[in-house]
Amino acid sequence: MAISDVKEYTHLTEDEVDQIGRELDQIRTEIEESRGASDAAYINRLIKIQRGLAAAGRVTLLVGTQFKETRKPAWVLGAGLLGLHKILENMEIGHNVMHGQWDWMNDPEIHSSNWEWDTAQPAEQWKHSHNYIHHQFTNVLGYDNDIGYGILRMAREQKWSPYNLGQPIYNSLLATLFEWGVALHDLDIERIRKGEKDPKEMKRQLKQIFRKGRNQILKDYVVYPALAGKQWKTVLTANVAANITRNLWSYMIIFCGHFPDGAVHFTEEEIEDETRAEWYLRQILGSANFEGGRMLHILSGSLGFQIEHHLFPDLPSNRYPEIAEKVQALAAKYDIPYTTGPLYRQYGQALRTIMKLSLPNSWTSSDQPEPPTPSHDRKRRGDDERPSRRTELGGWSRSHSEARG
Amino acid sequence: MASTIPWERVRRSASKLTTPLHPDDYLRLVNPLWSARELRGRVEEVIPETEDAATLVIKPGWGWRYNHKPGQYVGIGIQVNGKFQWRSYSVSSPPERGRGTITITVRAMPEGKLSSHLVKGLEPGTIVRLALPEGDFVLPDPPPQRILFLVGGSGVTPVMAMLRTLDRRGTMPDVVMHYSSPTEDRMIFRDELDRLEQKHDGLTLHRLHTDIDGMLDLADLDQICPDWRERETYACGPGPMLDAITEHFESNGLEEHLHLERFSLELGGEGGEGGTITFQNSGKTIEADGATTVLEAGEEAGVGMPYGCRMGICHTCTLTLISGKVRDLRNGSEFDSPNEPVQTCVTAAVGDCTLDI
Repeated sequence: MAISDVKEYTHLTEDEVDQIGRELDQIRTEIEESRGASDAAYINRLIKIQRGLAAAGRVTLLVGTQFKETRKPAWVLGAGLLGLHKILENMEIGHNVMHGQWDWMNDPEIHSSNWEWDTAQPAEQWKHSHNYIHHQFTNVLGYDNDIGYGILRMAREQKWSPYNLGQPIYNSLLATLFEWGVALHDLDIERIRKGEKDPKEMKRQLKQIFRKGRNQILKDYVVYPALAGKQWKTVLTANVAANITRNLWSYMIIFCGHFPDGAVHFTEEEIEDETRAEWYLRQILGSANFEGGRMLHILSGSLGFQIEHHLFPDLPSNRYPEIAEKVQALAAKYDIPYTTGPLYRQYGQALRTIMKLSLPNSWTSSDQPEPPTPSHDRKRRGDDERPSRRTELGGWSRSHSEARG
Repeated sequence: MASTIPWERVRRSASKLTTPLHPDDYLRLVNPLWSARELRGRVEEVIPETEDAATLVIKPGWGWRYNHKPGQYVGIGIQVNGKFQWRSYSVSSPPERGRGTITITVRAMPEGKLSSHLVKGLEPGTIVRLALPEGDFVLPDPPPQRILFLVGGSGVTPVMAMLRTLDRRGTMPDVVMHYSSPTEDRMIFRDELDRLEQKHDGLTLHRLHTDIDGMLDLADLDQICPDWRERETYACGPGPMLDAITEHFESNGLEEHLHLERFSLELGGEGGEGGTITFQNSGKTIEADGATTVLEAGEEAGVGMPYGCRMGICHTCTLTLISGKVRDLRNGSEFDSPNEPVQTCVTAAVGDCTLDI
């Protein structure tokens, strides 16, 4: 069931929703005011490590493959280093820099306006399709293209067609070629299919993708292999392996963001006259976290804090762990569902949904949880928790009696 | 240095290996100065000049051309608490290629956190960002036959670059310099000026210690420098001093011969809300009040503004602020560094400003 009103779904009153909005704004302000040298050091250190990994990977492959004894270990080590570099660059660095998380440093070299990431998708298109379309219209059917990316059917509300029977295949293709799937993200494949896309805009975008993609292919599959001379094949296959490693990993992490059970969808009624506080609430309800150690979170681009990332997409990712503690406390206080779990379970649920929804709805059952039923205890305390009634409103009003309902 | 062009070519071909980054993005991790992507320099030395002023000797990195004109200023960006803060300071060293360094001289302003940090808190070895030299307050080449310098306080820095250039080139013409400073101790470059005065017959110095003798009365100019009307005058110092000089020259019909540098232009804090927003590339301008966002103003002016969420989240709307000041309507923070990227959907003009679109 897609949600048309977050207030109704969560049994919260308008005042409570506003209060949640204020509390989240407060968390934002606290982080903004405490951003400083240690945060700057974090991103600079990470960039240094990532570029070091890239250089080490390239050199290992170019030099190590020249000698018979070291060829195999060099292939494994080189591909591993390169894969790691690409994962870090795309996820914890590129994705977050392009969100403007580090713009406050006023450093033009680490800035959303001119960052280009090491993948085929041009940054400019990403900042439209992801930062705007996905982050503002998160999980709204018909608005957010990330509900299946126009390739997969990921919500029961999306119409089934025999095309969907192939979902298991499309899914494995998407995972393997994820870089190229992402490259086409802003093209909006569904609208192209329906013939609704402006051909001029499409041509411009395709040209951009072609240019960026060509440079990526040249680098990984032509220039570096050529530099290895006779060992070009070894370097080429190692580079392919590195790219595919990155593809599979980022695919999996990203599919854990909004597809596990508990991350719900919304109808367009929800975004009509949506307040900022309701937008916040929709982000919490529409996203799913996963649990893990610090290293796992960094390698996942901090997307294990998907909920916090959606609430505050432009706050520095290294602060998400402390933000998460506050958001969890807030969710508990207001009985708002907060979806999280171990990585394998979150991805398992997403994968099961892909499989299930390849079939018509009548053959399968929904896995989405029932809307939260507020505990009586909390409801009874509800009135006292609200900010005291403003005196200029008079003694009694309809909305107040409704709020008690 | 003659091989600049092939070197550029090497870097361009190397970028095939580093795309989407530049080779410099990797090289700067080896040596911070090995990058021309953003101009930067290393502070080699901090030389105290007076109690509250110091000269910073900076070794610029790749991409620096050493072709500033004497009198120009450079932007210098320092990371304070994670954030780059930019200020402009006159270059006090003469343009000289073989030197490898430039110097700027900074006076710590009572309220200026950044200038105090530059004078007292900067360790040699610190990497700073630099912006290319700018400014029209320059000494022409060849210099005018007769020059009058009117200097107040740390306004001496651009003039020092001019004097050093004249000294180095051996082209010191007939120069009269009037230098006001609160006390003798606070007079930056006083020893070097003494030396230059002894060395060059053409250079005459008048020192005024304003704590004792009061401010310069421009009516006295006729005694200090009787032929001031026939000289090219270069004046640099505090705002009120420059205002008085401008008025004096205008009333004598000599404004054509006066060249000014307002080295510390401070706008009043209050009453600066709203202003004329200029969109540089499209050539459009519009009046906006302090509550209208730059984005809305641009759209009203008919500029094709980029926008996304319109709520400060997605950063699609970020543009470069060329000059002026804008205020973030969400939290009141102000952005006024030249070439600072600003989110147009949540900022409004504070006084006149110019954006790069």
